[in-house]
Amino acid sequence: MTIQEIQEEIVDEFSMFDDWMQRYEYMIELGKSLPLIEEKYKTDDNIIKGCQSKVWVHAEMNEDKIDFTADSDAIITKGIIAILIRAFSGQHPKDIIEADTSFIDEIGLKEHLSPTRANGLVSMIKQLKMYAIAYQTQLN
Amino acid sequence: MFDVHKIREDFPILKRTVNGKPLVYFDNAATSQTPQVVIDTIVDYYSNYNANIHRGVHTLSQEATDAYETARKKIQHHFNAKHTHEIILTSGTTHSINIVATGFTNFLSKGDEIIVSALEHHSNIVPWQMLCERTGAILKVIPMNEEGELLMNVYDQLLSDKTKLVFTNHISNALGTINAIEEIIEKAHKIGAAVLIDGAQSCPHIKPDVQALDVDFYVVSAHKLCGPTGVGMLYGKEEWLNKLPPYQGGGEMIDQVTFEKTTYAGLPHKFEAGTPNICGGIAFGAALDYMNTIGFDNIATYENELLEYGTKRLLEIEGLKIYGTSKNKTSVISFNLENIHPYDVGTIVDKLGIAVRTGHHCAQPIMDFYKIPGTIRASFSFYNTKEEIDVLVEAIIKAKMMLS
Repeated sequence: MTIQEIQEEIVDEFSMFDDWMQRYEYMIELGKSLPLIEEKYKTDDNIIKGCQSKVWVHAEMNEDKIDFTADSDAIITKGIIAILIRAFSGQHPKDIIEADTSFIDEIGLKEHLSPTRANGLVSMIKQLKMYAIAYQTQLN
Repeated sequence: MFDVHKIREDFPILKRTVNGKPLVYFDNAATSQTPQVVIDTIVDYYSNYNANIHRGVHTLSQEATDAYETARKKIQHHFNAKHTHEIILTSGTTHSINIVATGFTNFLSKGDEIIVSALEHHSNIVPWQMLCERTGAILKVIPMNEEGELLMNVYDQLLSDKTKLVFTNHISNALGTINAIEEIIEKAHKIGAAVLIDGAQSCPHIKPDVQALDVDFYVVSAHKLCGPTGVGMLYGKEEWLNKLPPYQGGGEMIDQVTFEKTTYAGLPHKFEAGTPNICGGIAFGAALDYMNTIGFDNIATYENELLEYGTKRLLEIEGLKIYGTSKNKTSVISFNLENIHPYDVGTIVDKLGIAVRTGHHCAQPIMDFYKIPGTIRASFSFYNTKEEIDVLVEAIIKAKMMLS
């Protein structure tokens, strides 16, 4: 599936819920399916800055595609990074760089998250795209 | 007669909703809300007599100057300073501390010691570290115990003839502990060290008497006690303020200026370079008037009731741990739910209309002491109610269900 298709799928899933509590519970549920980062990569260098909770992300290139793994010490944050990784993992760096992330608004995440957390979300997207840019440079 | 429901009428913001729920504001230790009378003072200033002070001969300037200087007198009386010119109006606690820390560069030499407490806010550690870098002085720390109290026996050992300055907050922002500043001041003075007390967290709850305390410097931010942001006080004993060099150069702080030499203005203007926060200063005075009308004895009694009730109710929740359990504390409850990140809890309770602070509260050393990433902090003010505490408890239970 393309990033666009995965994002539409996520939006569809979230549209089933009509209140914020259910959305949050589903997000927490998605966090449980997050491909976990290996312990050895849980270093300070891999922490995303701008989040109140800790988020570690690791990226690896496999046959022109990037696989992301991550973890967080807070479970709502873990849900958010899980959603982003579901959309971006296994994709070509170029597609990740160009990906539109407005689906975040559509699933009601951005408006439902506190301002500092929203910044954390922005930092997460930025970090995932930075990895993509780095790998894209290697490919060139 | 203290009537919380009547008092709540004074605060327009308490009528608003957040995420469809009535606002429950429990982040008072970060900033307090503003009563209508203070808002009116601000509107009145800009509507009727906005002008620059201390220089114009025109009517507006005179009126603004009078109001600003009247506010300074109110602040002087509130804190019982001996002289009006011992009250320096600043942009807030951080600014006030920096005036002292920068000024002390002149008085310290290599090997001199500064003592600070382990309960400090970040902003209170950095100016002293910078001072130490400039002078070669050494920073010593009074450690704390599990209850969040300073170890006074270690303080005794830290004091020596090398100690030049002791600095601590009156009340800890992260834990609410009320420090034994009377003892800290007395012991520091015995060995000839100066003492600066950060009253940012104490001034909303108690009315310090700087002369009775015999403190050398005392600093406060107006926004913690129903005033606006961007204004605060540096109290200093006259002899200390005369000794300290000016912090910033500019207008207002000068007496005579030629290209060869400038002579500085006297107190308090020596430390008030540039156009000050005129409206803020006047509103600071109005905020003190408001709080004195309610009465600090009434405030303390009522807030203690809230603290007791809140502590009891929160501890009913299984797996909830409170950090900062000193018998001598103010209406701040810092806590965590077992195995749940404070940030997750903060996010959920915000959805329920409750404002609490989550994180390390700019006091990372305290969080390191307890080996936790942060806490959830509910800080109560005299305009909060027991019913609001019930709402918080319900929300925490809901969050716990969702998050575990």
